[in-house]
Amino acid sequence: MAREQIDARGFSCPQPVLLATQAMNTTEGKELEVLVDNEASLENVGRAAQSNGWTITASEEVGQDYKLVLSK
Amino acid sequence: MSRAVKNIFATTLGIIAVGSIIGVLAGFLQQAGNPANMAICVACFGRDIAGAIGIHRAAVVQYLRPEILGFVLGSFAAALAFKEFKPSGGSAPATRFVLGMIAMIGALVFLGCPWRVVLRLAGGDGNALIGLAGLVAGVWIGTLFFKKGYNLGRSQVQSWSAGLMLPLIMAGLLALRLIFPPVDGETQSGVLWYSLSGPGAAFAPLGFALAAGLGIGFLAQRSRFCTMGAIRDAILFRQMYLMYGFIALLVAAFITNLALGQFNPGFEGQPVAHTMWFWNFMGMVTAGLAFALAGGCPGRQLFMSGEGNADAGVFVLGLLAGAALSHNFGLASSPAGIGPHGMAAVIIGMAVLLFIGAANCKRS
Repeated sequence: MAREQIDARGFSCPQPVLLATQAMNTTEGKELEVLVDNEASLENVGRAAQSNGWTITASEEVGQDYKLVLSK
Repeated sequence: MSRAVKNIFATTLGIIAVGSIIGVLAGFLQQAGNPANMAICVACFGRDIAGAIGIHRAAVVQYLRPEILGFVLGSFAAALAFKEFKPSGGSAPATRFVLGMIAMIGALVFLGCPWRVVLRLAGGDGNALIGLAGLVAGVWIGTLFFKKGYNLGRSQVQSWSAGLMLPLIMAGLLALRLIFPPVDGETQSGVLWYSLSGPGAAFAPLGFALAAGLGIGFLAQRSRFCTMGAIRDAILFRQMYLMYGFIALLVAAFITNLALGQFNPGFEGQPVAHTMWFWNFMGMVTAGLAFALAGGCPGRQLFMSGEGNADAGVFVLGLLAGAALSHNFGLASSPAGIGPHGMAAVIIGMAVLLFIGAANCKRS
C-alpha cells in the first residue's frame, strides 16, 4: 500500500494531532506514517487515530524520534 | 507491543488516577496549612515564588513554594527514569515568554490558574463558575487559531545542558529554601522574603509540600496531565482523555474537601477571591487563550520543562515575570476586587494575544 508521510517532529501540542487528523481526513487508500519526537505526541496521535477508526500497524523508535504507521 | 500502550499512566484509568491523587493531595495540603481553595494553584504559587525572591514586594504573597519546585524536579526524575529527558527548544522563545507573562497577568485578575478554577469550585466558590466559563472561552478562541494553522514553529534538539536549566533553577531555589528557612516574625531570612500575614504566610510543612510536589510532578509527567489541554482536546478533537483527569481532579478535591470540612458554598467572602464577575471572566479568557497558544496549562509547562523542554522553561520564566509585573504595576486583583490597572492589563493582554495568534497562522 502507498504511504504518505507526516513529519510532526518539533511541533508542540496540539500540532502533531492536528496534522495527523487533517491527513486522516484527506487520505484514502494509503497508509499514513507519522513522525514525532516525543512520547506524549506518539500517544496523542495514536489515540486520535483509533478514535477516527484507523489502526496502528506499527509504532517504533527511530533514533531519537518515533514513527507511527496508521492504516484504515 | 506498541510503545503507546507501555505507559500505564497514559490510559484512561491512569489519567483518572493521577487527577484523583492531585485532588486528594490538594485537600490535604490545604488542611496542612496551604491557603484555602488554593492548595496547589500553579499561578498563585508562582506568584508567591516571585515574591520570595523579591522581584515583586507584595508583602502578603511571598513564599518559596516547594510544591512548584517539586513539580519540575519530579517530572525531571520521571523523564530520566523512563528515558524521556529530551532537551529541545528554539520554538519562538521570546513569544513564549510573553505568553507566560500574559497568562499570569490574566490569571491574577481572576485570582487563579485553571488548577485553581477547579480547586475553588471544589471548595464551593461560585465565582469559579465564571472563571471556568472564561477559561473555556479563552481556550475556544485558541482552537479557532489552531484551525487557521496557528503554530509557533518547530523546536530543535538542544544540548543536554539546555534541558537542565529549569531543573537546575528549581534545585537552586530548593537549596535557598533549605539554607534560609522562615524565621518567626521576620519578613526576611537570608536572601528570601516571607509573608507574616495573608496567603503567603499559609503553608504546609516543607517535607509534605515537597513530597507532594515531587509525586505530582512524577505522575503528571507520565500521564501528560494538562487542564488547558483537557478543554482544548474536547473542543478541537472531541478527545476526552485529558478531560477525564480534569474531572477526576474536581471530583476528588470536592470529596476530600467535604470529608475534611473544607467545603463552603457561596459567592461572597470566598477565600482569596473577588466577586467582580465580568473581570473574573475576562481574566480567565486572557489566561486560557495564553495557555492555549503556548500549548499547555501552567502545570503542564512546569512538567515539560522538567523533560528538558526549554521552550516550556521560557514560558515558566515568563510566568514569574508576569507575576512581578502584576504586583509592581497594580494589575493583580485582591479580595477587594481588581487592581487599579487590572482592566488595562486585560485589554492590552488580549490585544497582544490576538496579535500573536493572527501573526502565527501558517496554512500549510
